[in-house]
Amino acid sequence: MLNRIYDWIDDRIDITPIWRDVADHEVPEHVNPAYHFSAFVYCFGGLTFFITVIQILSGMFLTMYYVPDIVNAWNSVYYLQHDVAAGLIVRGMHHWGASLVVVMMFLHTLRVFFTGSYKAPRELNWVVGVLLFLVMLGLAFTGYLLPWDMKALFATKVGLDIAESVPFVGEWIKTLLAGDETIIGAQTLTRFFAIHVFFLPAALFVLMAIHFIMIRRQGISGPL
Amino acid sequence: MKRGKGLTFVGDSRIQKYDKPKLNRDYSEFPGRTEEFYPDFLLKEWVTGAVFLIGFLCLTVAHPAPLERVADPTDTGYIPLPDWYFLFLYQILKYTYASGPFNIIGAMVIPGLGVGALLLAPWLDNNKERRWTKRPVAAAMMLISFGIIFYTTWESVAYHDWETQNQQGQIVFSNLDTEDPVFQDLIRSNCTSCHGGELTGGSGPNLIEPDLNAETVNAFVTNGSGDMPAFEDQLTEEEIQQISEFVANLELTSRDEAENSSN
Ligand code: HEM
Repeated sequence: MLNRIYDWIDDRIDITPIWRDVADHEVPEHVNPAYHFSAFVYCFGGLTFFITVIQILSGMFLTMYYVPDIVNAWNSVYYLQHDVAAGLIVRGMHHWGASLVVVMMFLHTLRVFFTGSYKAPRELNWVVGVLLFLVMLGLAFTGYLLPWDMKALFATKVGLDIAESVPFVGEWIKTLLAGDETIIGAQTLTRFFAIHVFFLPAALFVLMAIHFIMIRRQGISGPL
Repeated sequence: MKRGKGLTFVGDSRIQKYDKPKLNRDYSEFPGRTEEFYPDFLLKEWVTGAVFLIGFLCLTVAHPAPLERVADPTDTGYIPLPDWYFLFLYQILKYTYASGPFNIIGAMVIPGLGVGALLLAPWLDNNKERRWTKRPVAAAMMLISFGIIFYTTWESVAYHDWETQNQQGQIVFSNLDTEDPVFQDLIRSNCTSCHGGELTGGSGPNLIEPDLNAETVNAFVTNGSGDMPAFEDQLTEEEIQQISEFVANLELTSRDEAENSSN
């Protein structure tokens, strides 16, 4: 039955090449931990991706309860954590996942660096990787404010003060992020929410797509 | 309609694309013991992922994500702390030559150099050699940067006052009425900088939990004690009495009866 549905669709829009393109490739010996255990260092990129997926899914569930305004934000998180079934797990996954993704990304960067994989012809993918790194840190910074508790507010204050101290554009950056020249309040929370949930994920998806397309184009770098 | 798989057109549906791209390559030409990604390797990845996920779920239940009390911008005594992966920057900004008049060095120059060098790594280290032992300068720079990040993070953690840190953010439900004029006008300007924004303790002790009577509080406020200054000269007797009664009356409550702002 399923096969006939597949064939019917494939007859019309020829979907086989699409998924075959993703599925059909060889995993070389030097990156396969089944053959050389030390090849686990080549898994960090994939692990980063895996945890990024966890972040996206758990984040989507968080927004089903989270309310981005200063009156309700804290209460919605408290409620989610204490009263919603599995709320503790969903919030926990997103919270610890944020740390894990930073660790994995860091290890992935070190692997690429120490195997010299950023050298020609992979310079562009390295640059895309660094941009991914910055986007991730941006996500971590903006997400920290959202529960609107003490640590969130005061850490964000410090962060924005640092941004403000940048010469020439500092005040402009701060106002752009905080929504006001001096107050860190309702407007700031709304902006951070928008940045955390819409702007940076959009950038993340585009960059990840470019990253993966380039990896498939170039293949993984050869053994040392 | 023509039957058969792989029917596609080139933009215009009257013109058929005829060359079917070759889907499967003969992998025997690949060197070494390669393995097809689909399905075996993918399955192994999947199983590893599932095992990891179970461990991760256990972690989230064993260590719930922290939540402190609701943000209170007026509580100026609170010592801020970023998440751990930003601690190294935070620590660098505490060094004399990276803060105050030199702030630009800590806030711009150091992070800018770091990110710039990382972005330009392929062009800074542009010879063909890939082995890290054969490109000592690049490898040393990375190891030194890693060392600095590691050390400053450690330093930041080791010298932080964790006791105050954990005290100051706690969610405590009490009958503290933050709208009360005594709290607004007297306590907030004199007491919260040490005893915490909701009097649950900071560098000074918690005032909600101990069972204090008004006379005791009055004596403390009037004469001071240990590190606590005397307020005899700053406040009138009547004000001290108001504060004392307010503080003596404080106690923990259930969440539903709480009057403090955490509610
Ligand atoms: C969201 C973050 C990222 C994800 C999901 C990701 C994912 C991946 C994956 C799955 C690979 C295949 C090889 C492997 O797993 O090691 C890879 C390769 C690569 N990554 Fe990333 N990566 C990320 C961030 C970065 C960063 C921060 C850098 C560098 C600054 C980077 C640079 C590279 C380069 C140059 C390659 C090609 C390596 C080679 O061919 O050996 N990536 N990435």
